[in-house]
Amino acid sequence: MWIYEKKLQYPVRVGKCDVRMAKYLIEQYGGADGELAAALRYMNQRYSIPDKIIGLLTDISTEELAHLEMIATMVYKLTKDATVEQLKEAGLGAHYANHDSALYYENAGGVPWTAAYIQAKGDPIADLYEDIAAEEKARATYQWLINMTDDVDLMDSLKFLREREVVHSQRFREAVEILKEDREYKRVF
Amino acid sequence: MSTQPLTSQALNPQGINPQLPNSEERFYAPFRGPFDPCPPILCKTYVVPPQLFLGFQPPNLPQFSLPEALRFGTLWPALFSPYSPQNRGGN
Repeated sequence: MWIYEKKLQYPVRVGKCDVRMAKYLIEQYGGADGELAAALRYMNQRYSIPDKIIGLLTDISTEELAHLEMIATMVYKLTKDATVEQLKEAGLGAHYANHDSALYYENAGGVPWTAAYIQAKGDPIADLYEDIAAEEKARATYQWLINMTDDVDLMDSLKFLREREVVHSQRFREAVEILKEDREYKRVF
Repeated sequence: MSTQPLTSQALNPQGINPQLPNSEERFYAPFRGPFDPCPPILCKTYVVPPQLFLGFQPPNLPQFSLPEALRFGTLWPALFSPYSPQNRGGN
């Protein structure tokens, strides 16, 4: 089970009314390498991974939900007061027709999230290498998002999220090392 | 970051920018065709963050202060990867 803390992992302040940025940020909400995909991927893989790695997948998937909430806050702040005209100008006309200004799990191109984005192969090395790749792809996405905004407040939160991808990638790499080294094996001389 | 625009001539064979020692940035000069329709990007950059080099994290590494750790998103200077906005083709 989970305990919910009613605050964001890191403050989200949006300093500039840039509705178009909401459309781009959605990539990290419901995109293939986004936070939802990450959270669900790790939370599912942890059932069929060696015991030593289960806790890591639980911790990181939980943190991904906290990141999901941060992205949602950014998108919400950028779209909640937008007029229909502004949404249309920002390329969100189709989104408005389907969802008003509600958030939806879709990528920046409007393609809905699908479980086909994630894999659980049952092979611990294959799964962890997918997880490392997912973190690097999310890191790159954050870099492109940082490049696309000139809002320093938004950039600050995005830099925090990017750094967490770096740390998660490191921990998954260490998990691979644990599995390689066979540390549970008792050597008798 | 760098003070002057980079060209492929500024790169050493490893693609490491000599103007930025110990930088996480790597550079390469993409192919230029004789009939490219758009002005060329002479130099492209990518990031090689610290987790690629750390291996299994050794014990007792230095730590940030807690306020710094909260702001940077990591407790460990060895894992801190600052990133500044880039233009396509490098700043």
